[in-house]
Amino acid sequence: MIKTDVIIIGAGPVGLFAVHQLGIKGLKSIVIDNLDKAGGQCIELYPDKPIYDIPAVPECTGEELTGKLLEQIKPFKTKFFLNERVDEVKQEKDNWIVKTNKSNNFLAPNIIIAGGVGSFEPRKLTVKEAEKYEGKSLFYSVKNKENFKNKNITIFGGGDSALDWALELSKFSKIYLVHRRSDFRGAPHTLSEIKKKEKEGKILIKTPCQLDSIVGNENIESINIKYDDGKKEKINTDIILSFFGLIMKLGPIAEWGLNMDKKTIDVDPEKFETNKKGIFAVGDICSYPGKLKLILSGFHEVALASVECFKRARPNEKYRFEFTTSSKTIQGRLGKK
Amino acid sequence: MTKITYVDKDKNSKTIEVENGLTVMEGAIQNNIPGIDADCGGSMACATCHVYVEEKWFNKLPKAEEGEIDMIDMAFEPKKNSRLSCQLIVSEELDGLTVTTPEKQS
Repeated sequence: MIKTDVIIIGAGPVGLFAVHQLGIKGLKSIVIDNLDKAGGQCIELYPDKPIYDIPAVPECTGEELTGKLLEQIKPFKTKFFLNERVDEVKQEKDNWIVKTNKSNNFLAPNIIIAGGVGSFEPRKLTVKEAEKYEGKSLFYSVKNKENFKNKNITIFGGGDSALDWALELSKFSKIYLVHRRSDFRGAPHTLSEIKKKEKEGKILIKTPCQLDSIVGNENIESINIKYDDGKKEKINTDIILSFFGLIMKLGPIAEWGLNMDKKTIDVDPEKFETNKKGIFAVGDICSYPGKLKLILSGFHEVALASVECFKRARPNEKYRFEFTTSSKTIQGRLGKK
Repeated sequence: MTKITYVDKDKNSKTIEVENGLTVMEGAIQNNIPGIDADCGGSMACATCHVYVEEKWFNKLPKAEEGEIDMIDMAFEPKKNSRLSCQLIVSEELDGLTVTTPEKQS
């Protein structure tokens, strides 16, 4: 059991800034996120897209914003538990126990849910046979390249992941690249490499078409693809790789007994506390009258929530509001002299 | 106000008066139209407000920009008349527009 002052669920921009707001108040926190890196939607959905409404930052990308936030919280040496999803939340007297899918247990008087729209999961193929082969001969990510040597591989998708893996795996396997339209979205260099491999016969491109059905028993034997004009084609294939991006699933959060409206959690706009004392919700996942799903709103929400977290974590101490410009205590916590 | 008709996968249709300037997605969310999730809130980052636009209307709409087309690749069962409803801004010219929501959004 890992004890801390605040368990933060979600490592997006608001979760990261929560570490800061708690840290300058002298509170310890840990961060749990289902993705393999910090940044949330900023990193996963729009790392290169410029954001123009972060106060005093005229323009920055999702990746830059994440980098700056991580730099800002460095002094607090916060522990991140990535690739982990919170499955269970239980009450124990004035504390909360959080259990993850990797069986880590955490205990704290406060939980801040900064979960965005939930956890990211790969968007799955929709033909009904797909599930049967998942993890055996149909994959939504490549964990170990060795398993993809000397095979017939069909890759679905037209974005970076599909193109990059088509190139990489074409070094030792025959690749079919299937996309619903003739344009691919990728870096110019990647696109020209794909063209080269196509000429060499290492990558066969099939467009504009989509998956129609999968044929096989234990393993996939072949697939049928369907062109826009209705024509079908059979491709002998051992492995399917599908890259249709990520979707957001609320997941277990819905089962924690919180008052919810559709996919958002009701909070009071003073402390951003949910109907459960000590559980807070901030950022895109919370709702209150006038709520705006902006990063800057999330920063405000977490600043206020952290005050209540302090009161619960340090019931015998008085909370004092301080400015970072003048407080020697805060400056000390930030490692400044 | 402009009349927009939302048809779900079971052919149930609902016609709503949507304020001009809002998006077709916002019109759905504000009026509790099922079948449009809009997880990302309209930032063109999730493809869960995906709709099929009636053919005669599809050609009248301003063309989808590259980012939208890329995102539609990720949508559930995209078709030739697929659009993201968060990118369709309601105006007088769209009066009578009919959109159909897919079987599911994700």
